[in-house]
Amino acid sequence: MATIAGDLGKSVAARAGRRVAGSAWIVPPLIIIAALFVYPLVLIVRQAFTDADGLVSLAPLLDVLASRSFAGALVNTLEIALASTAACIVLGSVLSIIFSFVPFPGVAFVARLIDTYIALPTFLVTLAFTFIYGSAGIINAGLMHALHLQLPPVQFLYSAWGVVLAEMTVYTPFIMRPLMAAFSLMDRSQIEVASSLGGRPSYVLRHVIVPAALPALLAGGSLCLLLTVNEFGIVLFIGAKGVITLPLLIYTKAIQESDYSAACGIAMINIALSLGLFTLYRLIIARIGKANAAVVH
Amino acid sequence: MPTASLAAAMTQEAAMTRDAASAGTRVSFDKVTIAYGSSTIVDQLSLSIDPGEILALIGPSGSGKTTALRALAGFVRPIAGRILIGDTDVTNLPPYARDIGMVVQNYALFPHMKVEENVAFGLKARKAPSELIKERVASSLKMVGMSGFLGRYPRQLSGGQQQRIAIARALAIRPRVLLLDEPLSALDAQIRRNMVEELAKLHRDLPGLTVLYVTHDQVEALTLADRIAIMRGGKLAAHAPSNALYRRPPNRFAAEFLGRANLLEVQLGGHEQGTPYVRADFGGAILLANANPQLRQGDKALLCVRPHDLVLRRGEDHDNTIEGTVHNLQWHGDQHALTIGLGDDSIVRVVSAPLREPPAPGTTIALHFAAEDATLIAHEAA
Repeated sequence: MATIAGDLGKSVAARAGRRVAGSAWIVPPLIIIAALFVYPLVLIVRQAFTDADGLVSLAPLLDVLASRSFAGALVNTLEIALASTAACIVLGSVLSIIFSFVPFPGVAFVARLIDTYIALPTFLVTLAFTFIYGSAGIINAGLMHALHLQLPPVQFLYSAWGVVLAEMTVYTPFIMRPLMAAFSLMDRSQIEVASSLGGRPSYVLRHVIVPAALPALLAGGSLCLLLTVNEFGIVLFIGAKGVITLPLLIYTKAIQESDYSAACGIAMINIALSLGLFTLYRLIIARIGKANAAVVH
Repeated sequence: MPTASLAAAMTQEAAMTRDAASAGTRVSFDKVTIAYGSSTIVDQLSLSIDPGEILALIGPSGSGKTTALRALAGFVRPIAGRILIGDTDVTNLPPYARDIGMVVQNYALFPHMKVEENVAFGLKARKAPSELIKERVASSLKMVGMSGFLGRYPRQLSGGQQQRIAIARALAIRPRVLLLDEPLSALDAQIRRNMVEELAKLHRDLPGLTVLYVTHDQVEALTLADRIAIMRGGKLAAHAPSNALYRRPPNRFAAEFLGRANLLEVQLGGHEQGTPYVRADFGGAILLANANPQLRQGDKALLCVRPHDLVLRRGEDHDNTIEGTVHNLQWHGDQHALTIGLGDDSIVRVVSAPLREPPAPGTTIALHFAAEDATLIAHEAA
């Protein structure tokens, strides 16, 4: 009896030992996550609440929130992000519908070409735009030559519109990808039956095609909004006068003015905004998943 | 107003005021040819469907039957020929202007719409008044026995229920023509049998409705259709009233495709005096069959007899009897199916009511058939 109890005790102890040894493997990745992802954010939060004397205070954050530069940057960020997202949704929807429902030779190649924009650095498009719409770009050079002008007539690239155009070009594929995937999964016979029942193309588009693609459009749109809110390279590269967004303001405060408390305070707001949008994106994705599961069942 | 829009407006107006039991519309394919690139899918198809008639279009895969239906619906444009619905040439009209109802294999219900919205779709697209929409939705759902499902989404319905909603949706617009494209193929056997009966009842309730029914299921075609057209390789291989096509197939393909008839190679003799039959020599055995006016004495021909028209005999002396050896025997519950080898190496199929003493494989057996059940087909038409 004593032997059995002894064996049992040894076995339990051995299993517990194995469990501890197994758990030990979790520690290194947790340290890496803490060091790479959590600690930098903690530093930002701590800096945001540290005043010039090194004391913990709300004052630096309140000063930033009350500043005109922050308000302007917040408005610019939201305006540009919303305008770019809206433009991406319109252009992406139109292109996706054409590529999906009006087949033409080479459509797959063109769709892939647009898709590759996802892989390109964002400022690259801006660089290319300076050759087209910039002061010395093709359009201005052509117009100045043709109309004998002294100054370049097309200047929109160096305004918020230039940022919107560049962001629209870069982020439209983020709308097209999920949308074209949704269209490819759509039952074409639904469109045909709708048409046979008397639905004209515009009616079928509004009542059959768009509702079917709405979850994909919302997912693409919210991802697009998230990315445009945080866009830095395009805004910096264009260097438009008066177009200061939150990421650019953080850069200015931290690098040019060495005002780290202000930079971190703005960064906290930027993070909160991003997390809010990311939560929205995840909620939409989850809802799409549920709807799809319901259809399958 | 462009011609298509004008035609659409006129047909939609007519559809809204059309009564469920109104007189039907003739549909005509007039030398219709459809090609994808260099590949001809439908070749010079000429076929008409009488007002209020159900015409079943059957044929093997790739025969062009679905393409013909899609051309009638307006999803495929012929490269030659005309398609008429009533007196209207609809060849170049868009689908929405043709005034047709369509039901497809996978139902194609709109998943984001409730049953009520699905059924109302066509009427709303035609801008029908709301009172009419309400009345039509209710009557169409009642017609298919789905009145209690107004607020359900398609995903909350079974396959059979979804197909009923699809039919109600097609009927709600009071179409001139109803197109059914393999409508029961996705259903299981029991539900399919019930749905065939329901479709037959539906057509009795709507006698004026002209229906084109594309199917690969011969039972559906024979049960529902007034006439059957068989397509092969894009061409019309045969068409006739269902019973006539089954009883007197005009060619080998029709005989084999519809009901898998047995075909015996025979040489024709003369008329059997005092009867409508002719004599046919099958390896020395003289068989009697219905005369075919296109065939003459001495011609080689195919004698067509259906598996269930062959009767097993033992030790009895009958006319029209051939001998063979049982190769295989299968019991299907409500029937026995036998394959029997004949002297000339040909094999015939026999379907019989369950046999009390089924013959064992290898047994020599006599097969009898009535002359009136045998048809002669020209050999060159094979």
